[in-house]
Amino acid sequence: MPRLRPGFRFQWEPVQDCYVLLYPEGMVKLNGSAGAILNEVDGQRSVADIIATLERQFPDAGSLEGDVNDFLRDACQQHWIEMS
Amino acid sequence: MTSPEAGKTVRNPHKAGPPLWLLAELTYRCPLQCPYCSNPLDFANTEQELTTEEWVSVLRQGREMGAAQLGFSGGEPLVRQDLPELIAEARHLGYYSNLITSGLGLSEAKVNAFREAGLDHIQVSFQASDPELNNAVAGSRKAFDQKLAMARAVKDAGYPMVLNFVIHRHNIHQMNDIMALCERLGADYVELATCQYYGWAFKNREGLMPSRAQLEKAEAEVQTYRQQLAASGSAMKLIFVTPDYYEERPKACMNGWGSLFLTVAPDGTALPCHSAKLLPIDFPSVREMELKTIWYDSPGFNHYRGDSWMPEPCRSCDEKGKDFGGCRCQAYLLTGNADNADPVCSKSSHHDRILAARRAADHATAGIDELTYRNADNSRLFFRG
Repeated sequence: MPRLRPGFRFQWEPVQDCYVLLYPEGMVKLNGSAGAILNEVDGQRSVADIIATLERQFPDAGSLEGDVNDFLRDACQQHWIEMS
Repeated sequence: MTSPEAGKTVRNPHKAGPPLWLLAELTYRCPLQCPYCSNPLDFANTEQELTTEEWVSVLRQGREMGAAQLGFSGGEPLVRQDLPELIAEARHLGYYSNLITSGLGLSEAKVNAFREAGLDHIQVSFQASDPELNNAVAGSRKAFDQKLAMARAVKDAGYPMVLNFVIHRHNIHQMNDIMALCERLGADYVELATCQYYGWAFKNREGLMPSRAQLEKAEAEVQTYRQQLAASGSAMKLIFVTPDYYEERPKACMNGWGSLFLTVAPDGTALPCHSAKLLPIDFPSVREMELKTIWYDSPGFNHYRGDSWMPEPCRSCDEKGKDFGGCRCQAYLLTGNADNADPVCSKSSHHDRILAARRAADHATAGIDELTYRNADNSRLFFRG
């Protein structure tokens, strides 16, 4: 079950027209797919639930399992999210 | 707030992007006297601080323009009685807010109250890994114990923990002890920030700048410690800011003049960085102009945007888009002309000043007690001449 690392905040920035991840004295601008995935990370739902939700949101994208898993692994290594 | 300029559109001649970081220097008042303080030497000459209402207006305008990161800094921001109110406003507006503090004047109750109000992060600064040296550098006998207690309170309250150490020739030998202390305290990020020579640090440069041998030893220790952290799976991140005086190319200061960072000084002066007050340039006050007009249209903020202001060797340099000619404040302090290339650059005709500072660091003998401490009495000497 992925959740944002404590102290990190994910939010939409209208001026930058993208989702960002904010943390102590830092900010990452997220591209469209990273933003869409992190938008589903709420500490309540499993990776499988997140994949299913995204596949419903983007029915033309085919299977998203690989992309979502790759991104979440990356985000874990960057210490943006934690797995519990 | 209504002003004659409300609703006015901006010209933005350099097509500058929005300021994403706002640094609110709430006050120059501070209980500590660190001799490397980046505040202006004549801080005691500061006009009246902005009121709560004026700060709220600055926060609102900054957020509307796109600023997402907000630093409450100083001086010691805790001396402002309205800090809880400003924190709550920042949260309401959607900022990620950072409190940059010495820890003096903080209490467990305040740490928790700020959390309630929506503060995202508290950065506590230390001067050394042991009480004797810490308190000697800070010019305060009780500082170290208070800092330790507050670091623990910050951790207990669930904030991400960022500890900051300014590194100089008198504490650089403690690098291993400093990193171990941070690990014991459960720090998430540790800033090991080698002194940058502005403000009081420039005044005290000879007594602060480490020798190359000291620096190389410290760098190796940080590298080894990083490997140990990685091997143990620790998420503690060490950020070692190396001193540009030992580089051959200048830093891309502030990521470019008026590009991302907007500082508002205690009296309302808007600046492209917290040191820029020392430059012979007029910067407008938020008391007299809207923030967006200041950022996009004021002569001060447009002064070093683009590259048409650059003289040689920057003008024809193929790295000018990477480092923007370095730091304007450093050029001014070391050459007397802020247009010049940052003398850190080996292409600069003033690079000998950097080389001389390095040589001096190899032979410096001044003790900590010989540094000029940052306090109001010493500050008055600077503006009275």
